[in-house]
Amino acid sequence: MTIDLKTVKHISKLSRISIEEEKAKRLTNDLNSIFKFIEKLNELDTSKTEPLTSVAETTLKLRKDKIESKNIREDILKNSPEKNKDFFVVPKVVE
Amino acid sequence: MSEINNLKLCDLVDKIKNKKLSSKEITEAFINRSKKSSKLNSYITDNFDNALNSAKEFDEKPDFNKKIPGIPLAVKDLFCTKNLRTTAGSKILENFIPTYESTVTQNIIDHGGIIIGKLNCDEFAMGSSNETSNYGNVQNPISENLVPGGSSGGSSAALAAKLTPATIGTDTGGSIRQPASFTGTVGLKPTYGSCSRYGIVAFASSLDQAGPMTHDVKDCALLLEVMSSFDTKDSTSVEFTRGNYLNDLNENIKGKKIGIPKEYKVDGMPKEIEDLWEKGIKIIKDNGGDVIDISLPNTNYALPTYYIVAPAEASSNLARYDGVKYGFRSKGENLIDMYEKTRSEGFGDEVKRRIMIGTYVLSSGYYDAYYLKAQKVRRLIKNDFDEAYKKVDAILTPSTPSSAFKIGEKLNDPVSMYLNDIFTVPINLAGLPAISIPAGHDNNGFPLGLQIIGKAFDEQNILNIAYSIEKNIGYKNHINDWWIK
Amino acid sequence: MSDQNKEYLILRDDKEYEVIIGLEVHAQVLSESKLFSSSPTKFGSEPNTQVSLVDAAFPGMLPVINEFCIKQAIKTGIGLNAKINNKSIFDRKNYFYADLPQGYQISQYKNPIVGEGSVTLDMPDGEKMIGIERLHLEQDAGKSIHDIDPQNTLVDLNRSGVALMEIVSKPDLRSLDEVNAYIKKLRSIMRYLGTCDGNMQEGSLRADVNVSVRKKGETELGTRCEIKNVNSIKFMQMAIDYEANRQVDILEEGGSIDQETRLFDTKKNETRSMRTKEDAHDYRYFPDPDLLPLELNDDFINEIKKEIPELPDEKKKRFIEKFNLSPYEANILVSDIETSKYFEDVSKNSDVKLATNWITGELFALLNNKSIEITESPITSENLAKLINLIKDGTISGKIAKTVFEIMADSGKDPKKIVEEKGLKQQSDPKELEKIIDKVISDNPKNVEAYKSGKEKLFGFFVGQVMKQSNGKANPQLVNEILKKKLN
Repeated sequence: MTIDLKTVKHISKLSRISIEEEKAKRLTNDLNSIFKFIEKLNELDTSKTEPLTSVAETTLKLRKDKIESKNIREDILKNSPEKNKDFFVVPKVVE
Repeated sequence: MSEINNLKLCDLVDKIKNKKLSSKEITEAFINRSKKSSKLNSYITDNFDNALNSAKEFDEKPDFNKKIPGIPLAVKDLFCTKNLRTTAGSKILENFIPTYESTVTQNIIDHGGIIIGKLNCDEFAMGSSNETSNYGNVQNPISENLVPGGSSGGSSAALAAKLTPATIGTDTGGSIRQPASFTGTVGLKPTYGSCSRYGIVAFASSLDQAGPMTHDVKDCALLLEVMSSFDTKDSTSVEFTRGNYLNDLNENIKGKKIGIPKEYKVDGMPKEIEDLWEKGIKIIKDNGGDVIDISLPNTNYALPTYYIVAPAEASSNLARYDGVKYGFRSKGENLIDMYEKTRSEGFGDEVKRRIMIGTYVLSSGYYDAYYLKAQKVRRLIKNDFDEAYKKVDAILTPSTPSSAFKIGEKLNDPVSMYLNDIFTVPINLAGLPAISIPAGHDNNGFPLGLQIIGKAFDEQNILNIAYSIEKNIGYKNHINDWWIK
Repeated sequence: MSDQNKEYLILRDDKEYEVIIGLEVHAQVLSESKLFSSSPTKFGSEPNTQVSLVDAAFPGMLPVINEFCIKQAIKTGIGLNAKINNKSIFDRKNYFYADLPQGYQISQYKNPIVGEGSVTLDMPDGEKMIGIERLHLEQDAGKSIHDIDPQNTLVDLNRSGVALMEIVSKPDLRSLDEVNAYIKKLRSIMRYLGTCDGNMQEGSLRADVNVSVRKKGETELGTRCEIKNVNSIKFMQMAIDYEANRQVDILEEGGSIDQETRLFDTKKNETRSMRTKEDAHDYRYFPDPDLLPLELNDDFINEIKKEIPELPDEKKKRFIEKFNLSPYEANILVSDIETSKYFEDVSKNSDVKLATNWITGELFALLNNKSIEITESPITSENLAKLINLIKDGTISGKIAKTVFEIMADSGKDPKKIVEEKGLKQQSDPKELEKIIDKVISDNPKNVEAYKSGKEKLFGFFVGQVMKQSNGKANPQLVNEILKKKLN
């Protein structure tokens, strides 16, 4: 499986990271060598194996339906790049 | 250097409890040495003034019932610390000041610890040499221009250089054990679910685990007791009875069965490492342990599996760094432009590489071939350990395939960098505990480590085995303070 | 709008197209706190005052699931006659948007908590069963406000993380009326169960609509388009109608339908394609590694089954049998749980037929006028029962009762008191009535002549005069009887 420049550009759009042409080319090379390494997994027959998502040896804990969180608006907005006392502020989405 | 800096954690705790030293004296000693050591670049943010105040407060009203009363510690900058800047080694969090404390650092504080600063690390814990940090490389105190390992490079360097009596790191693919091995210190990755992940900047959720990094096994046992707790704020936290790791430390390993996995004997493994391994094996036999050959057949598939699973989870965990709520934001003409510029400028190259890998392996058409496949191989790897543990109680391997390398040496080839983690990664995939202890030197005089892997929740056992080996090896780090003029 | 026949078809020349509709309904779960965090869920609070660190996706924050929300989803599944799955998995749905702080939504992809079920609709031409594909739990997003700041979008995360149940129907709906009935039925079931308040204006019930068309008689499904986030039944119907026609137009011209996501423009009354990006649908679902599979044993599920109240379909059957109501009447009375409670209260203490008429007639009109729910009715069920009894025992006439009803609506008073105070008792004494009738007859000799010689319509005139003379209080039945006797 080789990854081409077009795919790299598509992936960078999906992950919302802009990449200039030069960097994209280098990245394509890096990714291809990494993927060659990853392809090793194809040597294994896993048709009868169940996937393992978590190694946490426990069951999902259920929380009681109680309100424990106070109004912490100040804390929530404290680190905001664009200062506003009520909202997060972002540039408009282009419709 | 003050004599205080030479004291280990347990010794300092004793001295404080016996009123031979005050928290102020100890804290000052470590702060002063830290101030002289900026060349190592192990700190990203210091908390010296606040720490000194906390130390004085402690001395005024000491509580000697705490496990680490009045003891100063610097911690990896991946733990969110309240009112103290937390960057995760990244530009995208360069101005982030959490309004909350991670559970693990809260445990440290609750047990009397004082946080003196945040230590450098690879950006978002992605790296094996602390060369991907936005805040510069970290120097290994063992020798100039040597990497300290990663991602907990700032931690291992600060510890080895005695800028902090002990420290804590996180380990996703080896990020505690490998830097411990590179700096001649002890590092333990607990069983997955032992330490709470609440408040730790997430890299790969199913692999991340916080752990102690110390000078010796005793200190490690003590710090593990402080760190490990059941936390209802983390759904993957496991409720089990945590041991009295320090109290129950026992170097008697008679009758213990230690497995030696043949697949870890990789081609081209340096002779010093083979010798080291043999040394460990002999110590075990000499002390009454049984050494048994075992097989972990899918070992060679662990690294590729890891480099699918970890980036996949990371690509999703790092989606929240979008410039909207906190951290760095770049000006954009519209929302998407803002996202793209923010994340392009805010993330370093390695992080971007891994996000791209992760996004790709999860994307439509590739999920089955990569991510799902990797999850299946992960089960095979875990099964290998489950099988092995029917025959043995623990497993002994080298920690790393080489000693610390030169800064810049492996930057051009990501894959060769990834190979650093070959011995450590399978353990994260299986969620097991493992400890690295310094066991020898290579021909350059650089430290090498041995790794003891345990059954799930069996930290006591690996601490005991490590304790035994440590006593028999009598390893000493040779630090000549080359960075202090 | 197309023909409002029983069958909803799009006609072109001599061709008939049927419309295949599937709905994905998003229902906000009624709970104190959110699905994965313990912030409050109340609607309408000041912006960003119901947001926790977890909701705002701060570094290191982790989800912890709300047990009650799970129970609510299971309850709803039982109400939909659906299979409750013992094991389900939470997956991350990855995409970027300002009101999605994590950069992913925790949802359920291949293993939802509830599987296949069904809902029965009462249509004029009989019952119709609509299949349910599945129900799953997921996080709601925050709100993006575009019209306060001209340069920027403002984001309020109060709603971020509130539990949603996504109910996916099979593509079994065929008309706008069925869509209306389906939404109302779902809403009714959830309100009965107390799992969702179904308030479309507040956004606690929203729907995405899937529409495709095919020539009547074909069996293959056409390509469907999804119309997102329609927030009223009326708009849903308008959107479906526009979209169906749009698709038919394309097919008639020999073109083919592109599968895409569209928005309904409520000003222009048309559907519009959302900007199609290649990545629009690549959500890269994978199991959330911060959570574990949800495993429910049968005991847990059975305990919840015990908490299920009588649901609309059962109640309807019971009302028809016990109260002898027509299916139509029963339907109206059971569709809202509060209405059914009110009705049962009233009818247990008074006449069922009158209760039915007064509730579905006068009371509903009153509630409609004041735009209030039956729970806010100024006339209590006790008082309505009293009013009905006053009619039944002849104290007042039906006509007077209407006046009393109006006074009750304004004052909330007991009808007996009102009748006393205003002296509205019906005049039912035959002797008194005879007096009045005699006077009317003697006052209007010409009309009496005319009536006797065949102008039967004049009977109404005499009745009217008697009513006038008695200030409306004469008992109409008795007046009729006595007048008839006297005039014949």
